[in-house]
Amino acid sequence: MTAIPASPRCFQDVILRLQAYWAAQGCAMLQPYDMEVGAGTFHPATTLRALGPRAWAAAYVQPSRRPTDGRYGENPNRLQHYYQYQVLIKPSPPDLQDLYLGSLAAIGIDAALHDIRFVEDDWESPTLGAWGLGWEVWCDGMEVSQFTYFQQVGGHDCRPVSGELTYGLERLAMYVLGVDHVMDMPFNDPDAAIPLTYGDVFREAEREFSRWNFEIADTDALLRHFEDAEAECARILAAPETDGAGRRIVMALPAYDQCIKASHLFNLLDARGVISVTERQAYIGRVRALARACADAFVAAEAVAA
Amino acid sequence: MPDLLLELLSEEIPARMQARAAEDLRRLVTEGLVERGLTYAHATAFVTPRRLALAVAGLAERSAALREERKGPRVDAPEKALEGFLRSTGLAREDLEIRDDRKSQVWFAVTERPGRAAAAIVAETVEAVVRGFPWPKSMRWGEGGLRWVRPLHGILCQLSTEAGSEIVPLEIEGIRAGDTTRGHRFMAPETIRVSGVEDYAARLERARVLLDPAERAGRIRHDAKQLAFAQGLEVVEDEALLAEIAGLVEWPVVLMGRIGERFLDLPPEVLQTSMKAHQKFLSVRDPNSARIVGYVVVANRETADDGATILAGNARVLAARLADAAFFWENDLRMPPEAMVAKLDGVTFHNRLGSQGERIARIAALAREIAPLVGADPDLAERAARLAKADLASEMVYEFPELQGVMGRYYAERAGEDPAVAAAAEEHYSPLGPNDAVPKASVSVAVALADKLDTLAGHWWIPEKPTGSRDPFALRRAGLGAIRLILGNDLRLKLTELLIGVMVANMQASKAAEAISRAGLLDELEKKGLRQDVIDRAFEEFASESISDFSDEEIRNGLLEVYDLIFFLTDRLKVHLRGEGIRHDVIDAAFQLGGQDDLMLLVARVRALQDFLGTEDGANLLAGYKRAVNILSQEEKKDGVEYSLDPHPSLAETDAERALFTALDAAEVAIAPALDAEDFAGAMTALAGLRGPIDAFFDTTIVNAESDIVRRNRLCLLHRIRTVMNRVAVFSAVEGG
Repeated sequence: MTAIPASPRCFQDVILRLQAYWAAQGCAMLQPYDMEVGAGTFHPATTLRALGPRAWAAAYVQPSRRPTDGRYGENPNRLQHYYQYQVLIKPSPPDLQDLYLGSLAAIGIDAALHDIRFVEDDWESPTLGAWGLGWEVWCDGMEVSQFTYFQQVGGHDCRPVSGELTYGLERLAMYVLGVDHVMDMPFNDPDAAIPLTYGDVFREAEREFSRWNFEIADTDALLRHFEDAEAECARILAAPETDGAGRRIVMALPAYDQCIKASHLFNLLDARGVISVTERQAYIGRVRALARACADAFVAAEAVAA
Repeated sequence: MPDLLLELLSEEIPARMQARAAEDLRRLVTEGLVERGLTYAHATAFVTPRRLALAVAGLAERSAALREERKGPRVDAPEKALEGFLRSTGLAREDLEIRDDRKSQVWFAVTERPGRAAAAIVAETVEAVVRGFPWPKSMRWGEGGLRWVRPLHGILCQLSTEAGSEIVPLEIEGIRAGDTTRGHRFMAPETIRVSGVEDYAARLERARVLLDPAERAGRIRHDAKQLAFAQGLEVVEDEALLAEIAGLVEWPVVLMGRIGERFLDLPPEVLQTSMKAHQKFLSVRDPNSARIVGYVVVANRETADDGATILAGNARVLAARLADAAFFWENDLRMPPEAMVAKLDGVTFHNRLGSQGERIARIAALAREIAPLVGADPDLAERAARLAKADLASEMVYEFPELQGVMGRYYAERAGEDPAVAAAAEEHYSPLGPNDAVPKASVSVAVALADKLDTLAGHWWIPEKPTGSRDPFALRRAGLGAIRLILGNDLRLKLTELLIGVMVANMQASKAAEAISRAGLLDELEKKGLRQDVIDRAFEEFASESISDFSDEEIRNGLLEVYDLIFFLTDRLKVHLRGEGIRHDVIDAAFQLGGQDDLMLLVARVRALQDFLGTEDGANLLAGYKRAVNILSQEEKKDGVEYSLDPHPSLAETDAERALFTALDAAEVAIAPALDAEDFAGAMTALAGLRGPIDAFFDTTIVNAESDIVRRNRLCLLHRIRTVMNRVAVFSAVEGG
């Protein structure tokens, strides 16, 4: 048996250790949601599962896209596509802070040498109509996670309350691995037969998507897609609860997919700089209306299931 | 006399809420104890990131016994009345007494409440306080229903005397009070058993928790100063940041680092803002060069490597932050200010007022118009206004909105703009509050005033005026800013004329073609106390400025808003001058003359008037004026006539009456030139000459003479007193007298 090194040596090692740790805490290890989202919170395993009375514990990696953060692969920290690690436990356990600190230890952050702090940062997602109280967690002045007790999602009070942890994986891993530029970070084991850096995997994608996001994306088409998604979401939710065969099926999840689409299209439009400050609020309001309607449907579906 | 120790141990409390929470805890618990009959000697509250604590010394051991008597219904009252009384007292019929009360017999409830032990009262009080604590934001967690700022984990609640200590029996939502707490989250997480307040603080300190926030701040201040001093440097003072940092740590450990060479060329404001906003670092300055060269990190623990890892980590984070800032700075410098301004054409200022670009054009035109009035070069003022908002399109200000203005100055300087133009970019936002300095440079003043007047007029037109406590566009601040700019620079401006121009610029053409209701407008403005000739002039001016663009209805509404805005500014002026001890009613007395839109002149008149009213002559004259006006209005009401004809001296019968005629003539002759020369003190002196004759008149002469002709003449004489005095100020608006 080979000894596990105290600290991870590459990006994927950080992910694998988080997976192992949270699996050991009893979380279901889910996979990323197969749609473009701005953050791990958008995964229905967080947004929708935070609603309703049923207990839940899940963890997953979620590729996330923030078109406005694209820097053509040149910025040491900013990416338009990055990974979040997401944990959601409902009801929030009383020792969630300790569990969280355990996860830092698992990726090699020794609390005896580092300065770990819980600094107020109330989370709010205007597009999801969601908010919670919590902190950003600092390790030596570096924000390594977001820690939130969900109070409301889609306009519904969360009862019970979920505890949500979000790790910005690139930043966290860069810190743990002592790397200054994200593209230089070892992706797999640096001693592997074919060692790959983060840049080997993603530099070209960052360049291409940055150009597309900022310069090329067809704004008229994006706007049309936004409106289509919005209309489809409403259409799905307007369908009668009972289908042709007499089954009662509330379609919260398909409707929520359209909400996710609309949200991402809005982000793309924003990156293209075609949304003014006042229009911004209007678009956010439109996405929030979808999120609320989906949350209503999910709560209704939960009631049907119960 | 037991002492109470209470500690509420939770997950991390936001730094900004801590001081207030400690004070609320002290106030609410002590008030609760006293309300329940338990007295105490003194109380002190403490707060750390994880705990709110309260020490109450010298508690009474028990509350005093209370005997309460309540009178109920009469014995012969309907049964329902008695039932209600029993319900409200919680007693049974046999517990009641019957007493004689006047002619009947009445039920009496006598309850004796024995004194209660301190522990029971403390338990009840603490539970009530915890359940109703006024956190600015609170939350639920898990499956519970309790609200606290973050999950509450432990309650230490203990009464102690010299003989020993006891746990107060108390349980809130499954959290049972005990006599234990925990030390520092990482350095001493073990359970600590305490007995009494002093023991608590001492044990916490051994467990690496400094309980007192002032002590933590003091330690940070001291250690930071020492560290900086040892390297010949000094810490930039920032008490607010220091207090915030003290709220982020239980065991402050101060570390100092140096900013990388390649970042030292960044503007010091950028270094300071970036370090403060993101990292909560105190800035460290080289006293010789006055440049920011280093920073102080306050960690929350000691480490085996004396903080080397922590400092290195913080340095890396800072380097990444500053690399961002340098990137913004260099990008911004590549773009000339004009190009930044051009970007603002596409940015909405307000959806009912158009783009930032359009707004800038309005402000530039207005600054040019104001320039000669403030002694500024019109070309420079216009240029300054055109570029003043350029930095809103910069990357640096997008990242750090608090640097707006400061960056504008740097960018204008680097672009080789006139120093006055660069200064205006920074100064035109001022004054931001009642204590912010007022710009003095003429170009800055022109742009600052133009900016504020445009903001006000625009929001008045759409309309988005402040209401009650709601003022989302900070219009009260803009109003006060305009007033302070005018008064602080001795600016002689006709606000009406200026604001009409600004209002017109802000009005969107409306095609509604409603017939103008000039008569209605006059009525409305007159009701607001404006003189007709003032309204007429303003109306002509308004119409000539805007006749081609607007319907009569719009002109009418625009003009109403201009006056509404002037009333608003007068209100702000009252608030501002209240701080200098100037009475609002004295301001009203001057303002109600109508057409008082030159604030310097208004304030000069107000000051002279208040000084005059403070003299014996002034006070007596005011009394005489009020007496004259009272009699006049009473008689006018009785007779249903207005006595406003010129009184005739030949009808005067008494010496005092004749003397009053002479005095009024003399005053009138003296007042007019004094007012023309803006010599308000002189006008007051002229008025002072009326005091003796008016007093003498009332002492010797009966207004309601038997002869109707004499009586009417005297009433007209009273009217003349009012007319003459009202040239100087509307004395009826002055309170008292």
